[in-house]
Amino acid sequence: MSLIDLKHASMSFGPQHVLRDITLEVCKGETLVLIGESGCGKSVTMKLMMDLLQPTKGKVLWDDKPIHSRSAKKISQERLKFGYLFQQAALFDSLTVFENVAFGLRQNKRMAEAKVEETVNGRLRDVGLSPDVVVDKKPAELSGGMRKRVGLARALAMSPEIMLYDEPTTGLDPIMSDVINELILRTRDREQMTSVVVTHDMHTVKKVADRIVMFYPLTRLEPDEPQIIFEGTPDEAFACDDPRVYQFVRGEAGERLTELAAA
Amino acid sequence: MTTTTLSRPNVVHIVGETVLDGVRLVGDLTLFFLQLLWWMKWPRGGVIWPIMYQTGVQSLPVILITGGFIGMVLAVQAYDQFAMMGMENQLGTVINVTLVKELGPVLAALMLAGRVGSSMAAELGTMRVTEQIDALTALGANPVRFLVVPRFLACFLLIPLLTIVADGIGMLSGWMFSTKILGVHSFYYWHHSFNFITAYDVMSGVVKSVFFGAAIAIIACHRGFHSRAGAEGVGRAATESFVYSFVAILLIDFLLGTFFMKLYYVLWPGDISMV
Ligand SMILES: Nc1ncnc2c1ncn2[C@@H]1O[C@H](COP(=O)(O)OP(=O)(O)OP(=O)(O)O)[C@@H](O)[C@H]1O
Ligand SMILES: [Mg+2]
Repeated sequence: MSLIDLKHASMSFGPQHVLRDITLEVCKGETLVLIGESGCGKSVTMKLMMDLLQPTKGKVLWDDKPIHSRSAKKISQERLKFGYLFQQAALFDSLTVFENVAFGLRQNKRMAEAKVEETVNGRLRDVGLSPDVVVDKKPAELSGGMRKRVGLARALAMSPEIMLYDEPTTGLDPIMSDVINELILRTRDREQMTSVVVTHDMHTVKKVADRIVMFYPLTRLEPDEPQIIFEGTPDEAFACDDPRVYQFVRGEAGERLTELAAA
Repeated sequence: MTTTTLSRPNVVHIVGETVLDGVRLVGDLTLFFLQLLWWMKWPRGGVIWPIMYQTGVQSLPVILITGGFIGMVLAVQAYDQFAMMGMENQLGTVINVTLVKELGPVLAALMLAGRVGSSMAAELGTMRVTEQIDALTALGANPVRFLVVPRFLACFLLIPLLTIVADGIGMLSGWMFSTKILGVHSFYYWHHSFNFITAYDVMSGVVKSVFFGAAIAIIACHRGFHSRAGAEGVGRAATESFVYSFVAILLIDFLLGTFFMKLYYVLWPGDISMV
């Protein structure tokens, strides 16, 4: 069963076209990884999935029903099934770390304060932060990697059924990256979570992906070429003979160097 | 709908584009206002108090300074004209009526737009470009309800008070300057003022200010919500917020001024004490 469906979705910002005719589904329990070069529209795709943005053309479905066939109230209720780790963490900078992580719980769940505290501390420990040290800090007082992990704790605190991770390991050291990879795997196994992961980190891809979808920037495609240039398992991606795909997963510049030099 | 791209934009094209942009903006603001009404509820958890403090208390110094000076400026400017006609004793009337009906409300609104409106636009703009507004939605808090409603209420409820403060301090400084420096007799100063100023004048000024406050909050929050990326986008949101508020304040002032004048004649036909 598919939890999220993009049906022929296109997205533009004014004159700039970002996504064209994307059809993509996310099935229950899988971990889907989105890759593609910077600026090709991965974050936008994730926002479409959660209805933080609406496609300029096409539709997005939740549980096989178009999102906007529901009432506004229903949409915001169902949106709580999702957790979203924002690329820049997006912590509320007027609130402390504790208030950030507790925000969703206090907004939506009638939960005793002791229980809130327990959940917040637990989630912070999950992401490798020591609650005693960070809870009273403001986001501005944290390092980039710490902010990212607080963002992750905040999303996980709501125990979502579907997690959308936007570059969960970018800006983290290799050890901490692997801690986060393990966390993604652990939450998936323990809570049968469905995950969509945007990443440039091939360790993460190899470790967590059930299925990979690769996007290509519209600006470098012909008008009739599909924007999704690869869909398959990690093994297939590394064995793929499309140079655009294998050079990307192996991190080789290939003819892009000559292309850029010519430009 | 078909659009033709002209190789060289001509005057008609530019005028058309500008008018369309204006109409679009007004439509957008109206929809934003309707959303605001839909989510209007007293904010939970005390989020409104810091905003009220920032909007009201922290605006007081600048309101006191501008109000104080404008009272004296009015005295200086009007004195010569009145002295020429031998009507110095009427000075209080013109100062106080102008303050209560026009300058008090408009100055308080301009100060609010400059000090509070642009900082609201910058704050919400920063939240927009750092995805904090998306994060609110993602965590089940409606951004309009959570961010716009408290700011709107703060402006809407506090601007009448700020206006009254501006009126009061302007009257006080105008009186001090007229009597102490210009030598107008205090008794006549007030005597003529009270003969002329009606409760209707004061009320019309305060009612106008409420509209100004609402416009400032809506424009500032709208600009913040639609801020473009980067420091430049946020800065632009703040500037636009002030410029649009400024225009809106003058426009509303003109429309409501006309309205209150007409209303006065409807309510008290034949009364000519309104100048
Ligand atoms: N709110 C917005 N307004 C205007 N343009 C936007 C907006 N969000 C994204 N874009 C544009 O859409 C394009 C795709 O952005 P997106 O953030 O999805 O890229 P990405 O694939 O996530 O890249 P990266 O790997 O660098 O994060 C970019 O060119 C960006 O300029
Ligand atoms: Mg991105």
